[in-house]
Amino acid sequence: MNFDDTLEEAEFRSRARKWLDENVPSDWRGRTTTPADIVEFIREWQARKADGGWACIGWPKTYDGQGATPMEEAIWGQEEGELATVSSFPIMIGVGMAGPMLMVHGSDAQKKKYLPPMLRAEKIWCQLFSEPGCGSDLAAARTRAVRDGDGWIVTGQKVWTSFAHFADQAILLARTDPTVPKHKGLSFFIVDMKAPGVEVRPIRQMSGDAEFNEVYLTDVRIPDEDRVGDVGAGWRVAMTVLMHERSGVAGADPFGFDNLLEQMENLPMGATPAIENEAVRARLADFYVRISGLEKTNLRTLSALSRGEQPGSEASIGKLVLAEQLVEQTSLALDVQGMAGIMTDESLAPAGGVHQQGYLRDLCMRIAGGTDEILRNTIAERVLGLPPDLRIDKKVAFEELPVSGTVRD
Amino acid sequence: MDFDLSEEQQLLKDQARKFLADQCPPAEVRRVFEGEESFHPDVWRGIAELGWLGTAVPEEYGGVGAGYMELCVLAEELGRALAPVPFSSTAYLAAEAISLSGSEEQQRKYLPRFAMGELIGTLALAEGPGMVTAASLETRYADGKLSGHKLPVPDGDVANIAIVAACDQGVPGERISLFIVSLVANGVDRQTIETLDPGRGHARIDLDNAAAEPLGRPGEGLEIIDRVFDRAAVMFAFEQLGGAQRALEMARDYALERFAFGRPVGSFQAIKHKLADMYVATELARSNCYYGAWALSVDASELPVAAATARLSAIKANHLCTKENIQIHGGMGFTWEFDCHLYYRRAKLLALTLGGEPEWQDRLIDRLRRQRPNAEQAAQ
Ligand SMILES: Cc1cc2nc3c(=O)[nH]c(=O)nc-3n(C[C@H](O)[C@H](O)[C@H](O)COP(=O)(O)OP(=O)(O)OC[C@H]3O[C@@H](n4cnc5c(N)ncnc54)[C@H](O)[C@@H]3O)c2cc1C
Repeated sequence: MNFDDTLEEAEFRSRARKWLDENVPSDWRGRTTTPADIVEFIREWQARKADGGWACIGWPKTYDGQGATPMEEAIWGQEEGELATVSSFPIMIGVGMAGPMLMVHGSDAQKKKYLPPMLRAEKIWCQLFSEPGCGSDLAAARTRAVRDGDGWIVTGQKVWTSFAHFADQAILLARTDPTVPKHKGLSFFIVDMKAPGVEVRPIRQMSGDAEFNEVYLTDVRIPDEDRVGDVGAGWRVAMTVLMHERSGVAGADPFGFDNLLEQMENLPMGATPAIENEAVRARLADFYVRISGLEKTNLRTLSALSRGEQPGSEASIGKLVLAEQLVEQTSLALDVQGMAGIMTDESLAPAGGVHQQGYLRDLCMRIAGGTDEILRNTIAERVLGLPPDLRIDKKVAFEELPVSGTVRD
Repeated sequence: MDFDLSEEQQLLKDQARKFLADQCPPAEVRRVFEGEESFHPDVWRGIAELGWLGTAVPEEYGGVGAGYMELCVLAEELGRALAPVPFSSTAYLAAEAISLSGSEEQQRKYLPRFAMGELIGTLALAEGPGMVTAASLETRYADGKLSGHKLPVPDGDVANIAIVAACDQGVPGERISLFIVSLVANGVDRQTIETLDPGRGHARIDLDNAAAEPLGRPGEGLEIIDRVFDRAAVMFAFEQLGGAQRALEMARDYALERFAFGRPVGSFQAIKHKLADMYVATELARSNCYYGAWALSVDASELPVAAATARLSAIKANHLCTKENIQIHGGMGFTWEFDCHLYYRRAKLLALTLGGEPEWQDRLIDRLRRQRPNAEQAAQ
């Protein structure tokens, strides 16, 4: 075991650093304060990275990547650091989920058409999976796709769609056959978000921001070339997307632990700073141990990948740990501020109110991309081999399944 | 021992719930939450007319003199309804401070007006982030005038008067004293500030040689506040309990109604256990709250421990229930439109007003140590 860079890794790191030193716009922070600004910024930044050969370096060269090793990707991630954490989220559904999915399931024509502009962030992607009636139980999607000559006509409603208001393209899970059991009647499509019949309506989140949306699809025409995988095989494709959604925590210190430590040094608690308080220290130590455990777990995954092995099941714990971690850290940060911990005014609250914002935002981590409960089920069943719940919904035709509001005895 | 509400108290609780369901339904809470006003004047007026503000104020000072059990019963309902009114600042903080430490004349002057709802009061202690101590306060009192700033002051933007804690240059060592300040007088400037819970108003108050009337024994300000906070902690705990209980019910109802995998999500053990944990926390809090209410109502020597216990227990239950209520609602819980977040926001507001959990944990342990039979010997 060795945690130091090898010679090649060190050489790669210094090349990455040099390029970043010369290319990171010095004003990037000021240009990444609102989601709309970030979208604009990321388009420019991805293009610059692509020109320099640093965008999606793990992708094969055929699709404008560099064929870099997982270790090199990780080193790049460490070096790009906070810039990536802050600015890359509008492209995560594209390069982080839809891209890898296309590489597994897409046709050559689809890869050629969609991957290069995705990599340059010329096109922003969103994910049309969840619906009002189903989130955890994604395979119960009702949005209908009906065959129409050389294409499909799609009608339905999607919900919680992050970035739909910026998106050019989407990945869509839709039902092509309601008469067979639910997992078998789904197909997977690529949708042009500017196509006629696509309507995006913002939804306000509990924090007051509107970063996700309802998307209404009314007789939207999708050419058959934009179907990914076989008709009826949509669930498998969706699973590949979900796997990528739930794995991997990118960037430097996504936990904001350093920020928390700094606050504890500065805030008085009695006659001394909070960091001298024993209870605070115990909790900070706890946090650090978990964060470190998660970081090191990610490195284990990486090292398996770089040996050419499949990552172990430990890769599935990331989002579960991170979500709870964020919620707990935020809670401590506010508690230590005392009565003033309720202030959200950026000019009055410590650290510009990041912890107050966190209080209203972090909870989404426990829900988005698979809830904590679903992730625990997955660990229990897939990793530990426990028997699954008795399923009443697997063998019945989709259209016969009980749904909310049905009266049954 | 009779560890339950009396018939009259139960009746009061039912009436309160009905009044709030009629006059302060979620839509009215939202009006304040989303609008410009910091409280709901009609609900406030209704509450005043029902005499709730005078519940614990003795009859000789214009109150109903019903007692603290009754006030706690009302607090639970106010918490359950997320009532957007300056009730706690007026009844638990300002009125308590004056009845605990005010002169006969001050009690006669202020208590009847609080009891009638003519006067909104508050207590101005904090001066920004961090724990408040004698050394951390910078607001100064000299020659009948106060100068400094207070931040945040609960309901400070709508209150008529505030009890202000300040360094008293008139006493040796400049110890902390309390003062009554009219918030509409010269030398007082206030600004509404944004907080996690727009359902309640908060302000920054700047004092520049503002006229001030001393309250209580000079130099004993923090001791008085300690006593006020012990009492208020019990009533806040009931508001938290009401919020926790409501969040638990919302979560239970949704879990019954929402289907996934062909069955109600409430049929999954993960959700059942979560709801059971919420229930357990709420019942523990309820028992601790009832005990606190008893200690408060008879002014028992157990009050300091009982109050801290009730508060900590209610903070825990309210945090757990409001947080997991969102989780059980899934994506819906994370929306502005659903009321889950209103409870989650209020939970933090109530948990931090009077000082946060770590401070109260310290207080509780200090008091438990002090109350041990050999504590004094051990200290020597
Ligand atoms: C901020 C945010 C962004 C999002 N972005 C997107 C997006 O871009 N695209 C998209 O398609 N979706 C998106 N989502 C939706 C997200 O994936 C779903 O909200 C999530 O999967 C939960 O589904 P649901 O909301 O329908 O909750 P439900 O599935 O109805 O769950 C309700 C509760 O029941 C529990 N539950 C359900 N099934 C089980 C079970 N078998 N065992 C135990 N407990 C169970 C859940 O854990 C939850 O607590 C986003 C959500 C959020 C909050």
